[in-house]
Amino acid sequence: MAGFLFRRVFGFALTLFIAALAIFLLLDILPGDPARFILGINASPESVNALREQMGLNLPIWQRFFSWIGGVMVGDFGISHSQATPVLELIKERLVVSFPLAIFAMIISIMLGLPIGIFAARRRGKISDSLFMTLAQIGVAIPSFWFGMLLVLLFSVKLGWLPTGGFISWQDDFFAGLKSLILPSFALALPQAAILARVMRTALVDVSSADYIRTAQAKGLTKGQAILRHGVQNAMLPVLTILGLQFAFLIAGTIIIENVFYLPGLGKLIFTAISERDLILVRGALIVLIMAVTFTMLITDLLYALIDPRLRSRTRQ
Amino acid sequence: MSKIEKRENIFKKAWGHLSLRIGLIGSIIFALLAIISIFWTPHDITLLNISNRFLGPSSTHWLGTDFFGRDMLSMLMSGALTSFIVALIAVSIGLLIGTPLGLLAASYGGIFEWLVLKGNDFLFAFPAIISAIIITAIFGPSAINAIIAIGIFNIPVFARVSRGGALSIISNDYIAAARLSGRNNFNIAFVHILPNIASLLIVQSSVQLSLGILAEAGLSYVGLGTQPPATSLGLMLKESQSLFLLHPMLAILPGLTIIAIVLFLNLAGDGLRDALDPRLAKQGALDSAG
Repeated sequence: MAGFLFRRVFGFALTLFIAALAIFLLLDILPGDPARFILGINASPESVNALREQMGLNLPIWQRFFSWIGGVMVGDFGISHSQATPVLELIKERLVVSFPLAIFAMIISIMLGLPIGIFAARRRGKISDSLFMTLAQIGVAIPSFWFGMLLVLLFSVKLGWLPTGGFISWQDDFFAGLKSLILPSFALALPQAAILARVMRTALVDVSSADYIRTAQAKGLTKGQAILRHGVQNAMLPVLTILGLQFAFLIAGTIIIENVFYLPGLGKLIFTAISERDLILVRGALIVLIMAVTFTMLITDLLYALIDPRLRSRTRQ
Repeated sequence: MSKIEKRENIFKKAWGHLSLRIGLIGSIIFALLAIISIFWTPHDITLLNISNRFLGPSSTHWLGTDFFGRDMLSMLMSGALTSFIVALIAVSIGLLIGTPLGLLAASYGGIFEWLVLKGNDFLFAFPAIISAIIITAIFGPSAINAIIAIGIFNIPVFARVSRGGALSIISNDYIAAARLSGRNNFNIAFVHILPNIASLLIVQSSVQLSLGILAEAGLSYVGLGTQPPATSLGLMLKESQSLFLLHPMLAILPGLTIIAIVLFLNLAGDGLRDALDPRLAKQGALDSAG
């Protein structure tokens, strides 16, 4: 287990390092000089050069890369020149919107997807199964941001229950903040719930024909009991893989859904930073996004090993 | 096998083929409508007619008109064309780069396989939206960026599917026979393995095509994809953003078109999977979540 853990964590660190390098190099060919952007087009070449010197832009590229990555590792992401604020602070401000949004969407997706999948699998071949699976098939095809627009139309405009968009900060009014995330998280969750329901059903149908279910039935359990006691746990393995992928997808998906609801999340920060040539901010925000995605993958891998009894017994030997 | 299970299997098979039929016919109809838009649309969408804007459905404009007075049906047809093209090229990128990598990884093994696997893991850390942001930051927004971003995401998908498929047949006797008769790994990968995983690749392509349509919509919606004056289903949604509370049809119609296309492609994919190789049914259900 220790070796496994070490390999996975090392792989995680390596992926992050290469990703950071790729982002740094790619964004370095970005046209436009940040120093000139700050000082305006009328600035003298001397003052631009002085600022470049001060910002460290005249150093060789590898030196700039290592000073950036070294800073990131200790939580110093540099200072955004467009907003004259530490990058980390700006990112934190946005993460308190984006991260809860992804978490809420995940919870909703699980609470809808898993029960529907289990229900459909237990009623396999019956009309309710076909009905739910048809709905899931449609759900998979719905763009989440479009669904968000429909939700606004119904719940905000027609019924007036929830705000059409915007975000009231947690400190100002916790419940208002919560309220402004309800529609976005449902919009984000629906297609994921549909995928989850399909995967859960397939996984359960698979295990229900397994030998150990027959054994459990031979020992006196009904098929339903056997599946609930032994099947669900085994079916969770493929489901867990999908959950990991989904959470990574949800983190990225918040960038799109933010646009529908005018939420001040990470996406908005990145788009503004790009238009203002605020390289250091773009890099910081992107590396945080990629960190979140890769970290999710790592956790999924580790959980998988923890839950899979076969892996556990192998480590005991 | 009990009688009930047998009947269920037959039912499942019939449904599989039925969904294949519905999916294929539906996809072809939408693809044809999109292709026809190259030569003909009910109304010219390059002509703006502001006095005609926000019209409801009528005999001249079956689906009404948009904020520039353009015919919605014509807009949807040419929008669908862009969406199809973006998704198709992105799938081709995945197929042309990912498949050889997966095949060669399986037949050569060793350090090459390790590199491909690590590269795969690495690319998975870049959802299409993140690649699109980076590419757009450098080159500015365009449909080509969307194609590249979605294409990059498709590469590891096809590499994984090809490698998995190749590994499952590489231990067959005829591969060993080919090896004994002096064929090298490269030859074995493309002459003997590739034809045998074709059905896998076709099924995966249909899945990725539908995901590509969705991804194009998302990227264009946030301004990272197709730009005016060109149009795409995602761009139509972006342009309706500020108006849809007053004129919901501007957003509802492109959305329904996306759903219909993706639904038909998915049905076709599911049906193909069942029809070509029932053993793949389980694997596919997992892949479609990527």
